[in-house]
Formats: sequence, structure tokens, C-alpha cells
Amino acid sequence: MKHIVRINVNGDPYELAVDSRSTLLDVLREDLRLTGTKRGCGDGDCGACTVLLDGRPVNSCLTLAVEADGREVTTIEGLAPSGSGLHPLQEAFIEKGAVQCGYCTPGMILSALALLRRNPNPTEEQVREGLSGNLCRCTGYNKIVEAVMAAAASRKEESS
Amino acid sequence: MIERSVVGKDTPRIDARLKVTGAAIYTDDMSLPGMLHGAILRSPLPHALIRNIDVSAAERIPGVKAVITGKDVPSIRYGNWRLVPESQDETPLAHEKVRFIGDEVAAVAAVDRETAEEALERIRVEYEELPGLFGVEDAVREGAPTIHEASPGNISLDRKIGYGDLESGFAQADLILEDTFRVHPVSHAYMEPCSSLAVADGQGRITLWSSTQTPYIVQCLLASTLGLRENEVQVIKPYVGGGFGGKMEMRVWDFCAAYLARTTGRPVKFTLTREEEIRTGRRRHPMVIRSKVGFKKDGSLTAKHFHVLLEGGAYNSMGPTATFLCGNFGAMLYRYPNYRYEGYHVYTNKPPAGAMRGFGAPQALFASETQMNIAAEKLGIDPIDIRLKNAMVPGDEIPDVAVISSCGFVESLKEVRKMSDWDRKRKRLGKGFGIGIGCYSFISGGVFNWFNTQYPFSSAEVRAYDDGTVHLFTMASDIGQGSDTVLVQILAEELGLSMDRVRITSGDTAMTPKADLGTWGSRVTLMAGNAVIKAARRVKEELARVVSLKFNLNVIHEVDFKDGRVFTKSRPDRGVTFGEAVALAMKYNRGEQVIGRGSYTPRDKGLVSPAFSFGAQVAEVKVDEETGKVEVEKMYTAHDCGTVINPISVEGQLEGSIHMGLGYALCEELVMEDGRTLPEGFLDYKLPSAVDMPPGESVCIETYEPEGPLGAKEAGEGLVSPTAPAIAEAVFHAVGYRCMDLPITPDKILGIRKSTAKAC
Repeated sequence: MKHIVRINVNGDPYELAVDSRSTLLDVLREDLRLTGTKRGCGDGDCGACTVLLDGRPVNSCLTLAVEADGREVTTIEGLAPSGSGLHPLQEAFIEKGAVQCGYCTPGMILSALALLRRNPNPTEEQVREGLSGNLCRCTGYNKIVEAVMAAAASRKEESS
Repeated sequence: MIERSVVGKDTPRIDARLKVTGAAIYTDDMSLPGMLHGAILRSPLPHALIRNIDVSAAERIPGVKAVITGKDVPSIRYGNWRLVPESQDETPLAHEKVRFIGDEVAAVAAVDRETAEEALERIRVEYEELPGLFGVEDAVREGAPTIHEASPGNISLDRKIGYGDLESGFAQADLILEDTFRVHPVSHAYMEPCSSLAVADGQGRITLWSSTQTPYIVQCLLASTLGLRENEVQVIKPYVGGGFGGKMEMRVWDFCAAYLARTTGRPVKFTLTREEEIRTGRRRHPMVIRSKVGFKKDGSLTAKHFHVLLEGGAYNSMGPTATFLCGNFGAMLYRYPNYRYEGYHVYTNKPPAGAMRGFGAPQALFASETQMNIAAEKLGIDPIDIRLKNAMVPGDEIPDVAVISSCGFVESLKEVRKMSDWDRKRKRLGKGFGIGIGCYSFISGGVFNWFNTQYPFSSAEVRAYDDGTVHLFTMASDIGQGSDTVLVQILAEELGLSMDRVRITSGDTAMTPKADLGTWGSRVTLMAGNAVIKAARRVKEELARVVSLKFNLNVIHEVDFKDGRVFTKSRPDRGVTFGEAVALAMKYNRGEQVIGRGSYTPRDKGLVSPAFSFGAQVAEVKVDEETGKVEVEKMYTAHDCGTVINPISVEGQLEGSIHMGLGYALCEELVMEDGRTLPEGFLDYKLPSAVDMPPGESVCIETYEPEGPLGAKEAGEGLVSPTAPAIAEAVFHAVGYRCMDLPITPDKILGIRKSTAKAC
């Protein structure tokens, strides 16, 4: 059965007819062609499909599209709208060598963003805890953790 | 010290910006107008004859465009070992027989994924079940059922290496160890599941985008199975979300996408689920390793007899290579004066094992390094001292197999001893604290031409433009390890250009020069790097010629390339910009473009590799004596990878290796039951997460590898091997439990589960 949903994705309003079984991940990737959000497992175990739903990180593979009705979704494409510079987290991921194959990167950055919004000054342990739902097979996480710490520090500098 | 402007500096990946913005396109991100979705029906039985397949109900579902089984497609055998055609034991879909749970039986193309999956449920297959074989020792037993008619006895191939006189070696020994080690299957667990998208042109030629490490291999084997000429198949590797050896073959979904694109006239895409990946995917070879090794009282080695049964599962895959390499790695690191290796690749009714990071080394070195630690204990010698006593040095040989050129092993051992404060901590005992060591050596690409290519192993073409830029074309495949960045660095260094002046097109079989054997065995930096340097030097020769002409240089003058200029080395003012030099060369050649081509094929480099890396790793652990839980507190690594081209990338490889080695040692296992892979996803196949990773310190021992580009060699693959034996030794040091069968689990430590006597 189809439902009409209104979802705001990265600031753009969409009205879509979605199947009741469709996940938010399906709608983002297949209907809106926002393929920056990755499917790593489809079971909510790997975190590659992490997006922000009203600012909170969710596994979009476990979120039904109808649950997003009337809500705001931020995907990796929404972090640095075209024409503007990169988000400090994105800059830090590049500079610190936190990107290898890149498949976990969008979900990792969104989990990190949610963490920094909750806790702008995390300890290394808190960063590791905050990213523990996002799997990475390439980096061993250390450079990702460094990048998140660096982004947090740079934001602190900016605001001081 | 050679002064360099690009190489040796921390360099962000050239593709990182696309990856952090979500703009990098992987295969499953692609969609073409009219595209159909594919799905695969897999065998639910480990070993059975196919009596009949009825697809009529599936075909009647609206939206289903095609259903194919083994009967519909040409029965052409394929496999990576083209040099030995009888080793090619797979067909694109099962013919008459299935050999493991997950063996591909039929494929569907439909308007959407749901319809394709519904069609799979309507296919009726009648099987006649056969007895299954689920362990190497059962499979080689007399009277065991035959899995492949061509291999009665279920040994698909064997490899032997031998030199010296084993018996006299053992006769000289004061201590002889005879141990059996068992190692378990693990998953590559690359984050991007396999995906292929094919489209056929009006002549039936195929373009295939595939998440592969080896576009050239896919091109050739796809052509042969489809009955096309090689040049009628174009394989493009888009961004790939990791491979680790698991994406280096032409796979059934590559074939089915291409075949169905031809028959339906529409683009067809297949993307695997994580469950398919984990339950039916390639994996690291489980092995039963019997190792007998002799030592004198002073710790020096006298002989080693290494006997290995590799569990290949249902098909050969890359098993033949793993079987040979395992014997090579058994003889590496130390000077074994007398050595014999017998390796047997055994079929069982389990998902096939294939290449996986380390390619035979993690298993062989778990056994060998653990035995070094046992010998140190029995002889009362420090584990680092016994290694220093026997360590390989430059010029050492494995007769008829390999010659060691650059080798920083001794330096690595000394460095890791110092860095970890080994001598003090080794004496510290109690409270579950332990410290242990493991070492590795690894190859920088393979020299054995198992694919039987008629082309160079790596090739490159450099086109130079009068705007001062160049474009590098190479079939080498970046799957996340960073080779595009490294090759651009090497080219920029060689031509004296900044990296932004270098553009790269890679991994496309129709657009880039033939060939490149792909990403495996840590071959890309050395082999493709050498090809790039040769191509760059052709460009330089041509530009040097016209600059010499322009300034009327005496023949004794050297022309240099630096900072975007081409100039006389002794008189830098006599020079032009790189772009002007290209314009001059073109004028001189009546408009012909400046193009340099280069290739590399290792010749007369033994049977294994042109260069070897070395390293040592120390693990500090804390074992909870109540629960048996192992916490790895710190890892120290010293490794020799020759010239470091991109330090931040090498560190990333090292940290990724520790992650994979840690999983192998402690928490990852494809638990099997009667041929069935029990884990279904990442919930029950446990990868270490960010909180599980220990901190680490590392040092690169810089050597200069004469065969490598700018002195470089392998980095980051071999490093997956020392972690498990280092942790195992640290656990022994802490609580006295000696692991002979991975993984190290709390119940084994507490002695609840006896170290498995069961076949792996």
C-alpha cells in the first residue's frame, strides 16, 4: 500500500508516494537518487546508512519511510551544500587520512556530527563510544577518531 | 638522503573530497534507464545432484523478464588459474550438481528487486542429496565421496618446496617441536557488498561496472564464458568499498548481469546482500598445519618440515596461489637451513575460500611464530633474541624460490624491543598482564604468471599537454588502499610537477593500456609504480631533447625537472616551463602529442616476488583471570616497507591491519555447522568496533628496495599476520594458555572448551 509522505531532505521539501514497507534508505537512494547514503548490511549493524532524522542519528535501513513523514532528514549531501566550503568534519576526515575506501565515511561523518552536537567537547573515549555503531574495515578507526577530535578542536577555536 | 618534493610527505587522498561529500559513485549507486534488477537462487544443500529445475511459475510473474539456469548458458569452465586449465573448476551457474550451501543455481532479471526475489521463491529445484564433506581430514580419508570428478580423493592440487637435507638437520637438533595448529575461516567483511551492472550495445558488446579488484581478469573471463572476444567486453571499476582479496575473480553475478543484459536488451544490475556475502562469500582458508622444527641449544634453527592441509571449500578460487604462498611464508623470516613443505588444497562442501589479505601468510605465520615463541620458552631464550639469532638479512635465499634484497628485519626487531620497553615489561608478571611478539614478511606482488597473461603485468601511459598538465592512464585498481594517490604522487615527483597538474584515469579495460593484473598480493605500488616511472621517463627524454636543442646545450649537461620547469641542472636559468617544453616538443614533431608508455613485468625474480617487506609487532594484553576476557592494551610495530611514498597512507594501512589481525585473533569467526555458515550478518559476525581498537605506536624502518619505484615496496598487507601470534604469546605470558587453534576465546583460556580436536 502506498502512502503520501512529506519529507524535508537537506532543506528541500519532497512529497512522495511510498510503499508502507519501503525504508528511508530505499527512498533516499532509489527515489531521490541521494546515493551518498550507503547500504552496508540492511540490518542496522554497520551504520553505513546513518542519516540524521530531526537531528538524531538513525540507521535509515531500519527506519520506514513513513516514519519520516513531516520530518527533517540530513544526509551527507546536505552537509556542504554546493557552492559552500566543506564542513569542518569533512575537512578533518580528508586531512587526517580518515578516508580509505570511503564506503563507511558518510555514515561515520553523520554519527560524528550528531555526537559533536550533543557533546562539542568529547574525550577520545566518548568519540569511540559515539562511533561504535559504525563499522569500518579499512582504517582501524584511529584516524577517524583523530579527525573527529580535530574537528571538535577547530570548532572550539572558531567560537572562542 | 634524496630530496623529494611530493613522495614521502603526508598526502591526502585525491578521492577523499568526493568520498566525504557522498559524491563518489560505487557500482550499486548507479542506475540506467530501463535497468532490470537481478537476484540469484542458491543451493540450500551442501552436496546434491540437480534432478530438475522448473522455472515456469517464476517466468509467469508479471515484471519478470528472464530466468536462467545452468542449462541455458554455455557450460564454459573458468577460474583465475588460466595457466592450468584443469584447475578451472567453476561454471557460471551449477550444472547437474551443487557443491556448497550457496552454490548459484539460477538467476532472475525483473523490473524491481522485490519482483526478482518473488520469482526466486517460485523456482522449483529437485535435488538428490549426496553425502557432504565438512572437514579436510574427512575429505582426504580413503573412500570419501568425490566432490569434483576430476579430483578423486578431493585433493585439487599440491605444492612442494624443499631444499637441504631434512634428516641431517633434525639429527643436529637439541630440541624438536612437533605441533598441529588449526586456523579458522574469517570474512573479508568489506563494507561494500559486491555489485555488477552490465549493458550491451547494439552489437552485443558488453560494458560492465563491477566492484572488483581485478578489471582485467573479469574482462578476460567474462569474454571467455560469454563466448565473446576479449575486446568486446569493457570492464570499468568505479569506486570500490574495499576488497581485501575477496573481489579478485570474475563472479557469477558479473556473468549473469552481462548475459541477461544481452538476452533482455536492457541494463541489468546485481547487488549482493550482506547475508549472501557472509554466508556464501569467499573467506580466508581454514588450515590444519603440522609443523616440525628443530633448534640447537643456542636457539639456531636446524630444520623445518611444514605440512599443510588447506580447506578450499567447493572450488579452487585462488587456493592454488595460497597453497604455494603458504609454503613460501613457512620458510620466510628466518634462515631455515633445511626445509620441506608439502601443501595440499582440499575440496570440501563448504563455501570456497579465496584470497584474503595476507594470502596464506596469516595462517603460516601464526603457526611459525607461535613455534618460535614455544622454542624460546623451552630453550630459556628471550623471544626477541631467538629471532635475532635466526633473522633473515639482505642476500639470503630460499633456494630456487626467492632472493631477499632489501631487508630491515633485524632493525625492526631491535626497534620494537626498544619502543615497547620489552626487556623490562617481559619480566613484569602477574595481574593478568602479558607481552608478546609476532613477526612477518610479505611479498610485493607475485611473479608467477598463473593468469597466463600475454601482456605486461602492469602498464601506464602518460600524455603531456602544453598547458603544463599530464594525464596518467593505468588499469591499476584503487579499491580504497590509495593506489591512485600513490601513482599520481610518483608521477608528479618524477616529472617535477605538483599533484594538481596530474590527472588519472584508472581501472577501465577499454580506456587504459593493457594490462594490469589488478590489486592483490600488494603488487600495485611496486609494479604499476615502476610502469609509471618508465612512462614518465619516456616523456622526460623527449622534453629533455627539445630543451637541449633550444639552449644549444653541451651534451654533458643534465636536464632536470622540478617545480613545473624543465631546465639545465647546472644553469637553472636555461629552462622553460613544463608546458612550454611540451609545446616545443609538439612543434618539433609537427603537432604529434607527447606520450610516454611504460610497463613492468618481473623477470628472473624467482617464483614468488621481486621484493619482500619485513616487520615485528609487540602486543600488550590484560587477561581477566575470572572471565578469560582479553583486552589488548597496546600494539607496537616496526616495519620495513622500503621508501615510504605516503606516510599517512602507510599508517592507515597499518592500523587497518591491526584491526583485521585483532579480529582474526580474538573475535571473528565464520562458525560452521554441517557446511552451513551460521553467522548471518554483523550482529553474529563480530568485527572490532572503534572502542575495541587498542592504541599503537609504530616506526617505519626505511630501506631502499632496488627493484621498487623510488625504493618502495609492500606496506600494510603483510602486517595483518603478526597480530594474532603476538597476542597469543602475550596471553601465554599473562596466564599460561598457549593458543594452538584460533581464535583465542575466553572459554578456551578458562579451559572450558578443550582446544578443538574437531577438524576445522
